[in-house]
Amino acid sequence: MATIFSLVIINKSGGLIFQKDFTETARVDTNEAMTQASIWHSLHAISAQLSPAHGDTGIEMLEADTFNLHCFLAPTGTKFVLTCAPRTAGMEVLLQTIYELYSDYVLKNPFYEMEMPIRCAAFDQHLLNEIRSRS
Amino acid sequence: MKPSRGTGTMNFAPVEKINSELFTLTYGSMVRQLLVDNEDNVEAVNTQLEKMGYNIGVRLIDEFLAKTSTTRCSDFRETAEVVAKVGLKMFLGVQATVANWNADGTECSLILEDNPIVDFVELPEQYQSLSYSSMLCGVFRGALEMVNMKVESWFVQDTLKGDEVNEIRLRLLEVVQDEYPFKDDE
Repeated sequence: MATIFSLVIINKSGGLIFQKDFTETARVDTNEAMTQASIWHSLHAISAQLSPAHGDTGIEMLEADTFNLHCFLAPTGTKFVLTCAPRTAGMEVLLQTIYELYSDYVLKNPFYEMEMPIRCAAFDQHLLNEIRSRS
Repeated sequence: MKPSRGTGTMNFAPVEKINSELFTLTYGSMVRQLLVDNEDNVEAVNTQLEKMGYNIGVRLIDEFLAKTSTTRCSDFRETAEVVAKVGLKMFLGVQATVANWNADGTECSLILEDNPIVDFVELPEQYQSLSYSSMLCGVFRGALEMVNMKVESWFVQDTLKGDEVNEIRLRLLEVVQDEYPFKDDE
């Protein structure tokens, strides 16, 4: 049983556009989340520069004692960051699915402005269903 | 490791489809409406169509990348192949061939035998200079810009104007490097 703590989506300029906590314990207030997102964005970029291998694109996974963090960077610059319990499998696949949900329910929503905070009910619903089916 | 994008046909299968005639007729009525709104100013309509295509392209690219799990192309040649074989197949149901490369590999043509958008369409006398399918050019421009490639795209041959095939010229202007976030002076 996977335990997924939260999902954060960061636009290509480092701004927080989506944040959702799936458990009580992970609640973070929005302003703090925005700061965390920009710090993560910068760290991600720095890690790509630091890497000795040419063509690396930045941190994909971070393992800590109490959680794992998975980051998926779309070729268009949008980052999907998922935190989950340690030793949870299948997170890369989940991130890929979330990317598909984003392309279907956020980008195809004509009222959604690019790079702006996501307020799409269809996306929220499908995301919740997907997370529930995994945990 | 070769990225497994699958052929366009494989990706075409699970994507939700609509009736192609519905699509063609909707596009046609939209062009008609644009002509009315712009009082038959063909140049303005051409620009508008390309711009609409651009706006579609910037969003379409994420869907394309998500559904085909494509990874970065190594060069413009690969990009053109992917656009022609996988992209067009996935969204329009037809494939194009890539040809007429220039010397440095920065310009090529996409040859489309069959353009589903122009089924049933005839261009009357007064609209001969209308680039009917320029929305497609805009889509290429928008989509590629989101993956850091600035391109220019235009129709060289158009079956609506009496040519044998449709030929779209694609020119790579520049590859934009990602900007790093720590140069702000704020």
